[in-house]
Amino acid sequence: MSEIGSGFFQAINLIVTLNPEVMQIAALSLFISLVATIIAAAISIPLGGLIHFHEFHGKRIIIVLIQTLYSVPTVVVGLVLYLMLSRSGPLGVFGLLFTPEGMILGQTVLIVPIMTGLVIAALGGVDRNISDTLISLGATAFQCIVQIVREARYAILSAVVLGFGRAISEVGVAMMIGGNIRDATRVLTTAIALQTGIGDFPLSIALGIILLAIALIVVIILNLITSGLLFESQQALGGPRT
Amino acid sequence: MIKIADLSRQAGGKTILESINLEIHRGEIFTFIGPSGSGKTTLLRLIDLLDMPTTGTIIFDGTDTTASDTDRLSIRRRMAMVFQKPAVLNTTVAGNVAFGLKFRDIEKSRIDECVREALEIVGLLHLSERRAVTLSGGEMQRVAIARALVTRPEVLLLDEPTANLDPVNTELTENLILRVHREFQTTIILSTHDMIQGQRLADRIGVIIDGRMIQVGTTNDIFYQPVCKDIARLIGIDTNLKGVVKSNDRGHAEIEIGESIFEAITPVPAGQRVALYIRPEEVTLVLPDSVSHKTSVRNQLTGTITKMVPFGPFVRTTIDFGSHLTALVTRRSADELSLTVGMTVIAGIKATAIHVLADND
Repeated sequence: MSEIGSGFFQAINLIVTLNPEVMQIAALSLFISLVATIIAAAISIPLGGLIHFHEFHGKRIIIVLIQTLYSVPTVVVGLVLYLMLSRSGPLGVFGLLFTPEGMILGQTVLIVPIMTGLVIAALGGVDRNISDTLISLGATAFQCIVQIVREARYAILSAVVLGFGRAISEVGVAMMIGGNIRDATRVLTTAIALQTGIGDFPLSIALGIILLAIALIVVIILNLITSGLLFESQQALGGPRT
Repeated sequence: MIKIADLSRQAGGKTILESINLEIHRGEIFTFIGPSGSGKTTLLRLIDLLDMPTTGTIIFDGTDTTASDTDRLSIRRRMAMVFQKPAVLNTTVAGNVAFGLKFRDIEKSRIDECVREALEIVGLLHLSERRAVTLSGGEMQRVAIARALVTRPEVLLLDEPTANLDPVNTELTENLILRVHREFQTTIILSTHDMIQGQRLADRIGVIIDGRMIQVGTTNDIFYQPVCKDIARLIGIDTNLKGVVKSNDRGHAEIEIGESIFEAITPVPAGQRVALYIRPEEVTLVLPDSVSHKTSVRNQLTGTITKMVPFGPFVRTTIDFGSHLTALVTRRSADELSLTVGMTVIAGIKATAIHVLADND
């Protein structure tokens, strides 16, 4: 108990004094996951739109496949990408293994399915009458799609934030593709795993607190987004209902 | 203005509309009447070019609407549709009304002016900055009408526009429809299952039952000369008597129904089996000892009241005279005559109030 207690206070000290190693690990984590989220969003939103707005054979099967990939273990994604990116693999020539770029690629691959699936669900959640109304008002196919995406903006934003949450909290891909190399590819989750293994609890707890804080921020942002509509309604009505 | 030829629509292996032929004239209010699920909405959606027909054509102002997508878009932009369940987008009331104009790349200042004008017409100008999703059902319906009107459509399609509204909002919406028609000479096509609304608003009515256009005509044609039993039932005629024409003297026929003889005006020749349709409000009731039954009314039947059902300010009264006849009497009259079940009354029907159809069933 005293070990946990002293570890906790040392962790707070590391955070408050902006320990360079802690800050570097946290910053790299945020950078990799943010870039992966931006790339995944750039792929998932148009891809989700493409699947939602087009009728084709096998659409249902594709959606089920995407949903199955929501829960694919991160180590499986890590393993597959490792084999692809290793020197003898088909993408070995790019030298991405054990680099932050490789980790970005790995996290992108990991979160594209969940983001795409949630974008499809978000667009599907828009009342069908809306698209009929838009077409009836003289919208072109493109104008109609733009308007429906705008209508689903809160749900799409939630999908992006959830994708970020999955990226920053995963350990399998970061460990296998990044290799947990100090000052190069060490991120919050891999550092916690390593430091706990060697008994450096203060650093593990400090990094854990930062990870939890990021998770908390993600949840707060999600709540703000989902309550955005209600908030706007209340503003329009002249303030919250009592 | 709109010519529909041999139109049909099938979906999910089911025939929803079959062999629809119809012409809608510029500037008229045309109403589709029919029970729920009869195909009214499908027909409106086909006219608004939201769906493609399985067979047949719709010619809009001389142009075949099954042509290219570009043509369909430009024709669609000459129309506007208000759906039964109005969908508002997550923006302000004014933002909602502006959509049609934005899609047409109209400049901002002109959009603001038109939106203001449209909201003024529907009486919602004071709510223009309100989030549309916070409006009541009646207000949303008026936003949907403003949104349709703002593009000054040549044809306005309304699908059951008052189906979800209370009586006050129904009246508001009906008056709005009539005002739009009067002020802008817009051709209006609306669907309703409310027969009385159809009668109030329409210049002409098309009755759709089970995906088929059974009868097209003026409100008088439909309400007083239904061409079949299904339409008679739909428009509230529940007296359907079967008999044989005994004689016909230049259109003045005597028809035998059981023990009774009815006089009616019809060209149907003697010997033909017929069905008689009598609107309940055309039947008058008097007491046997009353002097008032000695009138010019040709058909006077003595019978017994078997059922009395309150119907708003009226009482639907069923009289057994060998066959059954329904009369719609005001509550006041029922009270004054002290009508009760089991009482003997005389039912009077003018010969001209009986609609006679050849009975081929």
